[in-house]
Amino acid sequence: MMAAARGALAALMFLVLATAALAQGLEATLPDPALEARARELHKVLRCLVCQNQSIHESNAELARDLRNVVRERIAAGDTDAQVMTYVVARYGDWVLLRPPLNAGTLVLWLGPPLILATALLGTGVYFVRSRRAIPDMKPLTSEEQARVAALLGEERQG
Amino acid sequence: MRPALAVPLVVFVVVAIALAVGLGLKPREIPSALIGKPVPTFALEPVQDFGPGLSSENLKGQVAIVNVFASWCVPCRVEHGLWAEVAKLGIPIYGLNYKDTPKNASAWLAQLGNPYSRTGADLGGRVGIDWGVYGVPETFVVDEHGMIQLKFIGPVDRAALDNQILPKVRELQSKAARAAG
Repeated sequence: MMAAARGALAALMFLVLATAALAQGLEATLPDPALEARARELHKVLRCLVCQNQSIHESNAELARDLRNVVRERIAAGDTDAQVMTYVVARYGDWVLLRPPLNAGTLVLWLGPPLILATALLGTGVYFVRSRRAIPDMKPLTSEEQARVAALLGEERQG
Repeated sequence: MRPALAVPLVVFVVVAIALAVGLGLKPREIPSALIGKPVPTFALEPVQDFGPGLSSENLKGQVAIVNVFASWCVPCRVEHGLWAEVAKLGIPIYGLNYKDTPKNASAWLAQLGNPYSRTGADLGGRVGIDWGVYGVPETFVVDEHGMIQLKFIGPVDRAALDNQILPKVRELQSKAARAAG
């Protein structure tokens, strides 16, 4: 039993490692691990144009791979992170940024949710304040009204 | 009716209109960052036997169409026939062959006909990236100053050609003629 489980585990490990090796083999990384780490951080914030909701770090699309290599090339050529981002944005627009910048076009995107939340909180607040104030506004019944209530209730009891 | 009661109705109408507009948007079509910008500098060798080659210098001096195509791209086959018509109209049309093998590209043009007066073989896809290409086919209209004025994403059909691309070409041509005359 133990031996079988160990065998299965070993097979699984082999599969995982083989897949990782295959993925590594497809793409040349930068020889300097510090530069490669910088490139990977940038890959994570750049959006893949083909499979739109993935970063180019996660995507298997061919264009994503090309763009990963473009980022590596720019970094190897001595670009700062900001320069690399400018390079990519110049070609594909703000659209490639997974975190859209705050500008006239994205104002609604950035300010919309807090604005809606503030409106909702304000509305709820107003509602509660009003409903609480409604209670002290109620005046006690006049003696005339009390007599009518008694008459009506008495009618009901008899009927 | 108390005015406060109208609030949910107004909110509903606003949300409904916003969602209706959203349904009509095409998230696959990413607006080009290069509209109104000069074409990126490049110089490419032609697709084998379908020269001459294409460079950014060739895109100055007249209004032209640049079509990004590849032999592996199925929709390119669909739109290809229209480019022969455009070439017959006397509008210069250039082919940017994106990430293709020389052999396949040249066999493809031999089989389907070559409407392009110049072709550029972008074997590594780097010129494509400079143009902001992310899917093939893509089609650009470039004015006489070498400025990109229109980008069409996806296969061009008759309606797109007649309603978007050709009107843009004519508009730019008449603007160029006015500037010259």
